[in-house]
Amino acid sequence: MSRPRALILRAPGINCERETFDAFERAGAQSEYLHVKRLVSRPAELERFAILAVPGGFAYGDDIAAGRVLAHELRQHAGDQILGFLERGGLVLGICNGFQVLVRLGLLPRTGGGPLRQEVTLTHNLSNHYECRWVTLKTVASRCTYLPPGLVLRVPAAHGEGYLACPDERFARLLTDEGYQTFVYVDERGAATTRYPHNPNGSPHGIAGLTDASGRVLGLMPHPDRAYLGHHMPEWRRDGLAPEGDGMLVFREMVRAAAGEA
Amino acid sequence: MDAWRVEVTPKEGFPDPGGVSAKAALRRAGLELAGAVRSFRGFLLGAELDEAEVSAFAREALCDPVNERVAILAPGQGPARPARRVSIVPRPGVTDPVAHSVQKALRDSRRPVVPVASYRAYEVSDAVPAAALAAAAERSLAKTVIHQIVVDAPPASLPGPGGAPDLRVHPVPLRTLDAAGLVALSRDGGLALTEREMLAIQAHYAGLGRDPTRLELETLAQTWSEHCKHKTLTGRIRFGDQVIENLLASTIAHVTHTLAREFCVSVFKDNAGVITFDDDDCVCIKVETHNRPSAIEPFGGAGTGVGGVIRDVLGTGLGARPVASTDVFCFAPPDLPDARLPKGCLHPRQILEGVVAGVRDYGNPMGIPTVNGAIHFDEDFVGNPLVYVGNIGLLPRDKVHKQARPGDRIVAVGGRTGRDGIHGATFSSLELHTESETLSSGAVQIGDPITERKVMDAVLRARDEGLFTALTDCGAGGFSSAVGEMAEGLGAEVQLAEAPLKYAGLAPWEIWVSEAQERMVLAVPPERLARLLELCAEEDVEATAIGTFTDTGRLVVRHGETVHGEMDLHFLHKGLPVFERAAVWHAPELADPVLPPETDLPGALLAVLADFNVASKEWVVRQYDHEVQANSAGKPFVGVQRDGPADAAILAPKLGSRRGVVLGNGLNPRYSRIDPAAMAECALDEALRNVVAAGGDPERTAVLDNYCWGDTAKPERLGELVRASFALRDLALAYRTPFVSGKDSLKNEFRDGARTITIPGCILVTALSVVPDVARTLTSDLKAAGNLLVLVGVTKAELGGSVYWKRKGHLGRSVPRVDPAAGKATLDGVARAIQAKAVRSAHDLSEGGLGAALAEMCIGGRLGVRLDLAKVPRGDGVAAPELLLFSESQSRFLLEVPEDRLADLQANLHGVPHAVVGVVRAEPEFLVVDGTRELVELPLDRLVRAWKQPLDFEGTLTGGGA
Repeated sequence: MSRPRALILRAPGINCERETFDAFERAGAQSEYLHVKRLVSRPAELERFAILAVPGGFAYGDDIAAGRVLAHELRQHAGDQILGFLERGGLVLGICNGFQVLVRLGLLPRTGGGPLRQEVTLTHNLSNHYECRWVTLKTVASRCTYLPPGLVLRVPAAHGEGYLACPDERFARLLTDEGYQTFVYVDERGAATTRYPHNPNGSPHGIAGLTDASGRVLGLMPHPDRAYLGHHMPEWRRDGLAPEGDGMLVFREMVRAAAGEA
Repeated sequence: MDAWRVEVTPKEGFPDPGGVSAKAALRRAGLELAGAVRSFRGFLLGAELDEAEVSAFAREALCDPVNERVAILAPGQGPARPARRVSIVPRPGVTDPVAHSVQKALRDSRRPVVPVASYRAYEVSDAVPAAALAAAAERSLAKTVIHQIVVDAPPASLPGPGGAPDLRVHPVPLRTLDAAGLVALSRDGGLALTEREMLAIQAHYAGLGRDPTRLELETLAQTWSEHCKHKTLTGRIRFGDQVIENLLASTIAHVTHTLAREFCVSVFKDNAGVITFDDDDCVCIKVETHNRPSAIEPFGGAGTGVGGVIRDVLGTGLGARPVASTDVFCFAPPDLPDARLPKGCLHPRQILEGVVAGVRDYGNPMGIPTVNGAIHFDEDFVGNPLVYVGNIGLLPRDKVHKQARPGDRIVAVGGRTGRDGIHGATFSSLELHTESETLSSGAVQIGDPITERKVMDAVLRARDEGLFTALTDCGAGGFSSAVGEMAEGLGAEVQLAEAPLKYAGLAPWEIWVSEAQERMVLAVPPERLARLLELCAEEDVEATAIGTFTDTGRLVVRHGETVHGEMDLHFLHKGLPVFERAAVWHAPELADPVLPPETDLPGALLAVLADFNVASKEWVVRQYDHEVQANSAGKPFVGVQRDGPADAAILAPKLGSRRGVVLGNGLNPRYSRIDPAAMAECALDEALRNVVAAGGDPERTAVLDNYCWGDTAKPERLGELVRASFALRDLALAYRTPFVSGKDSLKNEFRDGARTITIPGCILVTALSVVPDVARTLTSDLKAAGNLLVLVGVTKAELGGSVYWKRKGHLGRSVPRVDPAAGKATLDGVARAIQAKAVRSAHDLSEGGLGAALAEMCIGGRLGVRLDLAKVPRGDGVAAPELLLFSESQSRFLLEVPEDRLADLQANLHGVPHAVVGVVRAEPEFLVVDGTRELVELPLDRLVRAWKQPLDFEGTLTGGGA
């Protein structure tokens, strides 16, 4: 099996690029950094890659709003190329701030599959402050074909603006009913929850991650990139030290899908 | 300049968390509000744009289409609708990163890049008086040193250009002044130079036959400041009939040189201490204080403190990659009644919240995890809060040494220079008083972590390409210190007209000493300059050559053709006259309280757990990102519900390797009121205990000292410091722990009318241990019912300075002391037992003693215990249960040991006093007996609540019950 090439986007304020790079490499991809300055000046560079990853951080300081300035830059200078990349079968991942960027760019959830237009937003946690804590996620049946439903993974969340706001309840229903939600926060019984602290931001229906109409774009607030090694997990001294952490699943499934289509 | 105003606010039906928290803050500040407060994010855009452009741009880049709406007001137009509102606007010259990002978005959308400013506004629905709103906003929403407050009228105009700079040279006529005149000159100029120092300067310039220029005098003041030169600790001290020529050399550095541990690579030379990590890398560590700026402006002060210590690590060797931060604070209690707040002080809760937000909003965007810390509360920190900020980094072993060469270009990298932070180094050497807030605002700055992150990325890439021969950070003293330091032994020529400025109008001396943030200075060989500038451009970082290193031994500073300073580097660095101070030590007259036997042990235990110094700091810690970089192998909160306290941070800083670092700290200034020697010993012992309890190796541990003291010009204060230093030296020698770095802050007094408030002398000891495999580290939460509890160490009658007596309103006299030999044997024995895998969990005993430590282990594991006090190894005459439960004797650990590992444990603890004192139980009950007598029977959830509630400021962590 060939090693799909993963573009790990760098930009001022992106700060999770090293762990995202490493997690993709361990999952079997060939990671490569690309600075956004270079991507927007030569968007055709995208053609060399099978995966585009927007790591977490505080792109441009989250000035104006979280992920807004980077999303605006990508849309202005590389929007068409990113859509072309998707049409050619490319996969996109956005983690935390990267998810916020994809939402503001209009790549998620892109329900009609049409042009880039922001449909939902990620805004202040109901607790109204930034918080770093471990949460439990479950994958649900979605358009994202490479993520099997029913998997449970423990990962850290670390954000202040992870509340998914829709224009109205009807749109929120559309996300849950038509397979746009991929991950939900679950409580101790494994049920999707809006309750703090299991759901750190209060997102409706417990939505922690989204995909798009094509199922090729994935975004989530919590950080699988901080839970891919055994010693990352918080309870290994009680449960035993595993060879890898729960978050590895996201990278492995994605790389496998990219390799299958490559 | 007139401007467009764009205001964005949440749409109806969507939450307005900014408004909700502003309302809460205004109410806390005493404003009576019943109705809602609405928040706005505001932008001023240059009037050159036309309405269509402003409107389209606002919808595309400034306003969220889902949950926000936008209002656009033309230049000169009044408010959209009359309303009582307050706007908070950055003062001219204050860093406004949002404005820069808006300009970037303008550029990205191919529109004209016009001047931009950002602001916040809040509209209140209640009819409150304008003055009351302004006053409450000033207390709660704004930071007056950096913000202007505008009531009702929306902010109208952009800050204008800075005006023409004063480019004159300004000789300072001091050759004719007498001693009093020199002192007045130093005082009025904020130079913080003493009479002897001014006389030395006078003599030097008399020899040259001219007066110094203002720039030269400023350079001397910065370089000779206590902040940069540690004059007190390195000067001569007369202590009784003893003469100490250099306290630092004879205590701290003496330990390091005597021990000569092989893992020390670079100590006391560079920005940070450097020790070996593995075959390829070293680990370096630095802890700084940023007390003064944080007292005046907690958010900016703490944030720029974090930024500064990160640059210290980045500037170590040829550049280290920062991997973790630590933060330790001392504040007055957050519930201090307003009546006890001295005039001119911010309320401690406001300081706490501002400092925490400052650390969060710098550290998190930098992408450096904040992994370890402590908060100590004591009312005498009311005027002088302590803010210790630390950072550790990884430095390749072949990049440890740096040396600029003649001909290398001097390159400024990163942020632009502004008028911010002028006189920070000298300000930190002055006493704070009621007026400090208004007088010292120039010393306060706001950080821009994204700029620093870009600088970090660029510097580390340039390091790997070998593009520079030396670097240092621009910290206290700005270019004057950075260039002056790098040029020592060489020489330098500087052209200040080349330095990129934030705005026009800076005089040359201001450019030279400005402490504007996020700047580094590199020495770049001329043939590498082009590549360095190209690399910086790729990383979106500004880099500019501002001069050249020479071999003349002189520092020549020009602006254009004009020479503003020409100084002999030898005089600059070695001309400082020997500082001489007197010190005396008198033990305070104290006695232990005579108290009846404790009749309510359960109540006493709950009170100790609820003391601010023991209670959970989770509300603070959760606001820090402790997971970024994916190097966390031990979290700050542990256990089944991840709310038990960890003793130390455990990191595996290289992805894919399990080689690790264990990081702990110790501090307890309360003991200083009884005996500073005890305070010092206990700080070191606690730091080591923390590291060992988490699985660190006491034989491979380096330590740092950070002194914060009252005014050491007073012999009594300095005597305390000397006594503490001797104690620290003696114990560190016994523990074989070298000091690799340290820092001091020596004038922490606040003058409130006739009253002077002095902080208790305080040493923070930070300990860092390198471990071969993080799989051998452990946490403090109890793991399984049936396991035995083993108490290691001897419990003595040492309630002096304890939390237990504090809760009863007493200080006492019998403060804990450390027995060096017994302490060393204990640390080594516990570490051996942990490596032998005989221990499932471990916790050290510190504030609150055995009772607090055991409760914390139970909380982490959500398991119960049965503790028998009759089994506790004890000193002579120790019998009372309250003594056994709450004495704060040092060198003690609690270990959880499976029954079948007990023999192994005992073998490893040979010669160290220890005993099985209890058992872990599945029933969530905390049971304490003394032989057959039942003393405490408390359900676990009461302990959880008592411990978690006091500092849970929003009630989110305990709101749902235990």
